[in-house]
Amino acid sequence: MTYKQQEKDLLKVKKLHTGFYIEGKFHHAIEDINLEVKPKEVVCVVGESGCGKSVMSLSIMQLLPKGISKISDGEILFNGEDLAKKTEKEMNKVRGRDIAMIFQEPMTALNPVFTIGYQLQEVLFNHSNINKKDARKRAIELLREVGIPRAEKIIDEYPHQLSGGMRQRVMIAIAIALHPKLLIADEPTTALDVTVQAQILELLKDIQEKEDMAIMLITHDLGVVADIADRVIVMYAGQIVEEAKVVDLFTKPKHPYTEALLKSIPRMEEVTDKLNTIQGVVPPITNMPEVGCRFVDRCHKAFDSCKKVSPQLGNVNGDQHLARCLLYEKCYPSDYSEEKEEISL
Amino acid sequence: MISYTLRRLLGMIPLLILISIVVFSLAKLMPGDPFSGEIDPNNTSVEYIEEMRENLGYNDPIPVQYQRWVTNLAQGDLGKSTTYKKPVMDVILERLPNTIFLAITSLIITYILAFTLGMYSGRKPYTLGDNVIATFNYGGIAIPQYIIAIVAIYFFSFKLGWFPSNGSITPGLEQGTWEFWMDRIHHVVLPAMTLGLFSTASYTQFLRNDIVQNSQMDYVRSARARGTSESAIYNKHILRNSIIPLVTFFGFDLATLIGGAIITETIFTYPGIGMLFINAIDTRDYAVVMSLTLLFSFLTLFGNLIADLLYGVVDPRIRY
Ligand SMILES: Nc1ncnc2c1ncn2[C@@H]1O[C@H](COP(=O)(O)OP(=O)(O)OP(=O)(O)O)[C@@H](O)[C@H]1O
Ligand SMILES: [Mg+2]
Repeated sequence: MTYKQQEKDLLKVKKLHTGFYIEGKFHHAIEDINLEVKPKEVVCVVGESGCGKSVMSLSIMQLLPKGISKISDGEILFNGEDLAKKTEKEMNKVRGRDIAMIFQEPMTALNPVFTIGYQLQEVLFNHSNINKKDARKRAIELLREVGIPRAEKIIDEYPHQLSGGMRQRVMIAIAIALHPKLLIADEPTTALDVTVQAQILELLKDIQEKEDMAIMLITHDLGVVADIADRVIVMYAGQIVEEAKVVDLFTKPKHPYTEALLKSIPRMEEVTDKLNTIQGVVPPITNMPEVGCRFVDRCHKAFDSCKKVSPQLGNVNGDQHLARCLLYEKCYPSDYSEEKEEISL
Repeated sequence: MISYTLRRLLGMIPLLILISIVVFSLAKLMPGDPFSGEIDPNNTSVEYIEEMRENLGYNDPIPVQYQRWVTNLAQGDLGKSTTYKKPVMDVILERLPNTIFLAITSLIITYILAFTLGMYSGRKPYTLGDNVIATFNYGGIAIPQYIIAIVAIYFFSFKLGWFPSNGSITPGLEQGTWEFWMDRIHHVVLPAMTLGLFSTASYTQFLRNDIVQNSQMDYVRSARARGTSESAIYNKHILRNSIIPLVTFFGFDLATLIGGAIITETIFTYPGIGMLFINAIDTRDYAVVMSLTLLFSFLTLFGNLIADLLYGVVDPRIRY
């Protein structure tokens, strides 16, 4: 593969804005999201609960709850085609075949009244003219591939007969059935036991290598990020606040929020009986500050301008290390210069 | 499943005994002599009545009388109807087919309407169509059956003349011919719709709400995420879940339909066991009243069993 092909984006999200109608008013849950995923790349998205990670991934899949939510602006280019412009019917051709998704709750992600086999074969029937016999064969093969023992038996069982970890394996089998180019995994291990978490992550890593598939992994767990990611996107209150290669992010975090996140990882060697947590909470989408940095109230490096100037995402360290913080020159808005002078006067 | 059914049937025995005691006691408490069907009403001499009572065992201790009644019952002897001068069994069997025909027609109409309307409303909630259907449903649930029956007779029989207002058949038709059956259906439609209106309304609304609720479920989102079409989502994934509670209602319907037929049959003067029941109370035909009360109770128990068994059939999570 040539260098150029490798660099071409598989997914490119431009200026994406998505929001919800709450009590008659439209509120943005994510704003101005710009990101790329390259073929075979593992991109991790981290951030506290409520910062918009799920909304972003559901926007890409066009799976937002109907009626109450809307993509209000932006493009979602997948192989150059804008998914935001596709009809439901056109999207159905993409979902499960080109982009697959797995979710946080394996216990409820499967339909309780259909067999594992039915739901696994459904993805095959949705996208190809495969006959029943071949579909069954392929389904058993897939179950084996994701490490499910006694696949010939499990295929005829119902979801309630399987453990959470097994169900997540089934979801992964469904996701990889048609060799998608991108897998979006929204906290796939959060609901599982620690030992099972590790197994599922190991499985995802193996599959990613074997299938040459890109993964967008949403997680709370920075340990997982260090383990699996090529690139990391940090989100806060609906915005991307930092984006960097995994090594850069862990060694040279630029945004105070990222620093705080890294400090909150419990370390074996540190003999301390209290965890470093970040004080305060993410502002709700109905009460976002209009201007200024959204992290200001919780930031220990905040200064005057932070409440008055909205920081932009800027390249702060060369080599595509982006951050959104007024500590860096590059993050001031382009029309800021006059304002800056006013303040200094 | 078979052993479960057997266990359930065995479990019904104590209940049946209890019911029989209650029915027997009620009959004993009723005014007049509940078992006077055997006595010639024209002979009023005190000695004759006393002699008959002695012969028929009415002077025996109550438990002995109960035991005799139950023994007869178990042998299929329900006593004799005073009004019809025939064994009660024969009287009931004569009327039962009419009621079963009414109940089945009612069930068919109910389920067809409830499924079409409920699925439409559930898939398009909060639209005009959904609201119109909901309005009808709340009307159907709120307005008592006898009022609906009278209004239906007024409009569809007297004003529009579409359906006959009473009876189960036009006299003089030859049994088993095409005309005969069409005439029966013609007679049964209006009472069947009235009888089924309450269930239709509540099932439609129930199905609609269940579909709306299911459409928010995680499994729907993951089915969408694998490219499943909107129609397959609703007609397979959601419907297969929403059908579970609805199918189990079927068991309870069994009892309510036969019981509910009492009002409908009386208003439409439709000769089934419902009308028989009311007439029997009027004429103090106690043997008939007791037998029908027992039948209704038995149907309720049996309906509950059917409901539980159907649960196991439609829901893979339940195994007996
Ligand atoms: N259906 C909804 N209606 C209204 N607001 C919503 C809805 N879903 C999400 N939101 C809001 O959008 C914001 C982002 O939510 P989102 O679920 O994307 O968070 P998240 O980053 O995935 O959090 P978590 O780690 O808990 O999954 C939150 O403030 C949330 O309240
Ligand atoms: Mg989430």
